[in-house]
Amino acid sequence: MTLKLFTLLLQAAISTVGISLVSIAIGFVIAILLSAARLSGKAIYVAPTQLFISFFRGVPLLVQLLLIYTLLPVIGINVPSVVAAIIGLSLCTAAYQAENMRGGFESVPKGLIEAAEVTGLNPTQTFFRIRVPIALRLTLPALVNEAIMILKSSSLVSVVGIIEITKMAQDLASSTYLPIPIFLSAGLIYLVINWVIAMLGRYAEKSLAGTSA
Amino acid sequence: MSLPAIAVKDLVKRFGETTVLQDINLEFPQGKVSCLIGPSGSGKSTLLRCLAFLEEATSGMITINGEALGFFQTPDGKRERLPAAQIRTVRAQTGMVFQQFNLWPHMTALGNVSEALKTVHKVPKAEAEERAMAQLRKVGLENRANHYPSQLSGGQQQRVAIARALALEPKIMLFDEPTSALDPELTGEVLNVMRDLAAEGMTMVVVTHEIGFAATVGQQISFLDHGRLLFSGPPTEIFAKPRHPRLDQFLDTYLDRGASMLV
Repeated sequence: MTLKLFTLLLQAAISTVGISLVSIAIGFVIAILLSAARLSGKAIYVAPTQLFISFFRGVPLLVQLLLIYTLLPVIGINVPSVVAAIIGLSLCTAAYQAENMRGGFESVPKGLIEAAEVTGLNPTQTFFRIRVPIALRLTLPALVNEAIMILKSSSLVSVVGIIEITKMAQDLASSTYLPIPIFLSAGLIYLVINWVIAMLGRYAEKSLAGTSA
Repeated sequence: MSLPAIAVKDLVKRFGETTVLQDINLEFPQGKVSCLIGPSGSGKSTLLRCLAFLEEATSGMITINGEALGFFQTPDGKRERLPAAQIRTVRAQTGMVFQQFNLWPHMTALGNVSEALKTVHKVPKAEAEERAMAQLRKVGLENRANHYPSQLSGGQQQRVAIARALALEPKIMLFDEPTSALDPELTGEVLNVMRDLAAEGMTMVVVTHEIGFAATVGQQISFLDHGRLLFSGPPTEIFAKPRHPRLDQFLDTYLDRGASMLV
């Protein structure tokens, strides 16, 4: 296995990391909105939220990606495959992140919300200033976990034509007949990336210690 | 007679089938310390929570400095809810201190005290923090400004909570058993802050089990039992003998909690 092959794998890792991080970030924003909808307690917001979460948790990511990739052109939307991949991953992780956050939001003591209410914060201010920061501190480990899951699941986006680590490794393995060193290298690259995510997560947890409920 | 700080008229509160408060009629005078006492489950905390509009009364009216809280009475006697913004305005006249302090754990003491100034009143950060610091100084915690709640003792947390309420310059302070969650040796520092406030002429409504505090600082004592207001008056009258037998019975259980001097 040559340095050139390893460099090609690293180049593909840029796709993996880029698509994953963008999807995790978009998914995070959607998950916060889903949580807000659910906390509103109003059926017109809660019901679609539940439907969304059930669908994206219940259907395999691979099927979701294929659906998005084939469905969008049919309804007249032509998107580059990288966008299709990001849409698929974002929606899927949003459902999981929202579900992870649910426990966090439910664990915010009622008294803290009342304290916000009596000091004059309106429900939106209470949500962003009190509920979200406290809930996120409680769910940080689960969110780091989800980030790692998504990074690994991103290998599936090759089905919509993205060359990421796994796809590149498969292609290189079949053209060079060196599958074992190539797949070992691919595994190693995933391992290092996820180790970095885990470290960042641990660092965040540590610096927030003592500031959670 | 001047307008009462808070007037409660025909207040009824039910939780489902259970009546927690029954026909409460009570006025809290301006500039005085009013104490609500009574056994657990007597409804005194629920009454205070109604005054803070954390509970909505089932029927009856509450006015804060003459302004209707939460609901208003139409000329034909119907009771209608006021818009949320108006509820916030009336409510802003009161500050609330909870039994469990309820400080926000992700903010420092200074952050807790300055939060509503910044977020609700849009006071610039520097000015908000300066005003918050002044309140922390007042409760003797200037040097704890950058501590998180988890780094403070219960008594210190409660004093920060008092500063948080005071920072919004309320006309009335509501206290819901402010020392009940504290170790006995920490109650003193909180009660001292409350004594100072009383001496400044702050209108206060205090739900308390500290009979000693009620008897020495309270200027109006209201005794609730089973959701009813049994009687209300100045402490000299309430605690003078002969006492209402129900109050005597209640005080008996508090002999070891500072009420001994009354017996």
